[in-house]
Amino acid sequence: MEKVLEVNDLHVSFKTYGGEVKAVRGVNFNLYKGETLAIVGESGCGKSVTSQSIMRLIPNPPGRITNGSILFKGKDLTKLKETQMRSIRGADISMIFQDPMTALNPTITIGEQLVEGILQHKSISRQEGKKVALEMLDLVGIPNPQERFKHHPHQFSGGMRQRIVIAMALVCKPEVLIADEPTTALDVTIQAQILDLFKDIQKKTGVSIILITHDLGVVAQVADRIAVMYAGKIVEAGSRREIFYQPQHPYTKGLLNSVPRLDLVGAELVPIGGTPPDLFSPPAGCPFTARCSYAMEVCDRAYPFKTHLSQDHHVDCWLQDERAMNRLTSVK
Amino acid sequence: MTTYIVKRLFAMLITLWLIITLTFFLMHAVPGSPFNEERATNETVQKNLEKFYHLDKPLYVQYGLYLKSVVTFDFGPSIKKSSQTVNEMLGRGFPISFELGMITLIVAVLSGITLGVIAALRHNGIIDYLAMTIAVLGISIPNFVMATLLIQVIAVNWQILPVATWVSPKHMILPTLALATGPMAIIARLTRASMLEVLTQDYIRTAKAKGLSPVKIVFKHALRNALLPVVTVLGSLAASILTGTFVIEKIFAIPGMGKYFVESINQRDYPVIMGTTVFYSTILIMMLFLVDIAYGILDPRIKLHKKEGS
Repeated sequence: MEKVLEVNDLHVSFKTYGGEVKAVRGVNFNLYKGETLAIVGESGCGKSVTSQSIMRLIPNPPGRITNGSILFKGKDLTKLKETQMRSIRGADISMIFQDPMTALNPTITIGEQLVEGILQHKSISRQEGKKVALEMLDLVGIPNPQERFKHHPHQFSGGMRQRIVIAMALVCKPEVLIADEPTTALDVTIQAQILDLFKDIQKKTGVSIILITHDLGVVAQVADRIAVMYAGKIVEAGSRREIFYQPQHPYTKGLLNSVPRLDLVGAELVPIGGTPPDLFSPPAGCPFTARCSYAMEVCDRAYPFKTHLSQDHHVDCWLQDERAMNRLTSVK
Repeated sequence: MTTYIVKRLFAMLITLWLIITLTFFLMHAVPGSPFNEERATNETVQKNLEKFYHLDKPLYVQYGLYLKSVVTFDFGPSIKKSSQTVNEMLGRGFPISFELGMITLIVAVLSGITLGVIAALRHNGIIDYLAMTIAVLGISIPNFVMATLLIQVIAVNWQILPVATWVSPKHMILPTLALATGPMAIIARLTRASMLEVLTQDYIRTAKAKGLSPVKIVFKHALRNALLPVVTVLGSLAASILTGTFVIEKIFAIPGMGKYFVESINQRDYPVIMGTTVFYSTILIMMLFLVDIAYGILDPRIKLHKKEGS
């Protein structure tokens, strides 16, 4: 499979009054053509920061990519000048944000917001740009696009707005689409429609999608591969089947266990106890140690090596590492 | 839209009526009359004068006559300067006051917005601090102090610009500057604050993600939204500029309306007081009306009229 995007050892930090927050601490992943990669994890684990780093949209200052590379078609995005980056944003890599209610400019018609993106990257006339925009609105399922073209964002419902945001991201036929919690702000029936739309569009355009979410239900519906993030690192990654049926990292197991189940009536929700570590001074060992019921002495001392379980499936956990097996002494 | 404008015009008429009624009775509640002077007038002359100006009639009759003069927009002759009618005074003074007010408003709005935007874009930088220092000074220094300072330094000490009067564009610079600094400072601070808020909005990030240039993002996406609160204060700012012209006109010896307005109150020149009041109120009410219309144009979410559907 063709590799579209390759992220190597990405580190992102934010300088604050309290010190330096290491939000992303060595993230590695590849994105292949036409696939959907889901990055899941709880709030503050660095998934949004990772995605915004790819677009170089991290506000600087305070944020900064301190190490690593992001290779897109052989170019390292972290080394590009801002003007070069601008020609990639929206054209080759686009992004969809969480809240469709605020992602659109309230004082400009949606038509103009679509067309300006097209004209920014393609040297075509306004008329042709409008034609492209109308086709795209039709593709994302906005009824009566000719008429709706002239409307302002407040004249649309939340679901319709998210469709417009998606249309806006796709007008220039990008190769990578980053969707940062695209369904979180929508109600469940609309969520399902939007996810169907993603699948549909992927089939039609062959775009590769990075889906950032904390909702495993969403992941189960659309993802080909899943990367689980915790405290700025990808702790486990694999195909959807592998992550859902053979999760190996205790954190992944905890996440899957905490999903509310309709078939267990009256059962209590199973949360993961404790809170994520402070990223001002992240622990030297595995950051999940304090919350892990399988924690060993070694977990606290050193970060585990990556263990490959199959071609796609790998996990950062001492439990999978034979070298740790000799010293199975529990910390707790 | 039309129904909205008709409704607003009706409301404006009521407002105007309230203003002139209040002014009329307040004016007559002030002790003394136009003919109360240190030098006693002959009693017959006094009687005749009062009769001529209908001052001998009961107040409600005077009020009726007065309303009639407002409706026909004919305020009759001035009491103190009997050779002139109020309309003549307005016709002579208003164009000059209007010129001063308008130039000031344009200067204040343009420079205020520019200063505010630059300060916001260079947030917490040296330029930001400089712009905001200017703004705080502008707000703190009253325009009459500013005027005297400008005259002393620029006109008297350096002799670059004329001291007073309203003859050529050169003469207009100092009065405009003195009058514009306050409103400019207010607009600059407001624009900065509102711009800073808008720049953190999600739709600005969306615009960035589209690959738009910073210039396009600022002018097309940020500025229009940031200007909404500025437009809101524009109505009352126009009012303060209009009333500010009284003082500035006096200091710079500009033959505008302010002179008549202030003199007429001192001399209890009833027709002139009423004429200028009605005139100023009408302009102010019109300004506020225009601001509301502008609001509806700038922000499509604000509906000035009920529309079918959505």
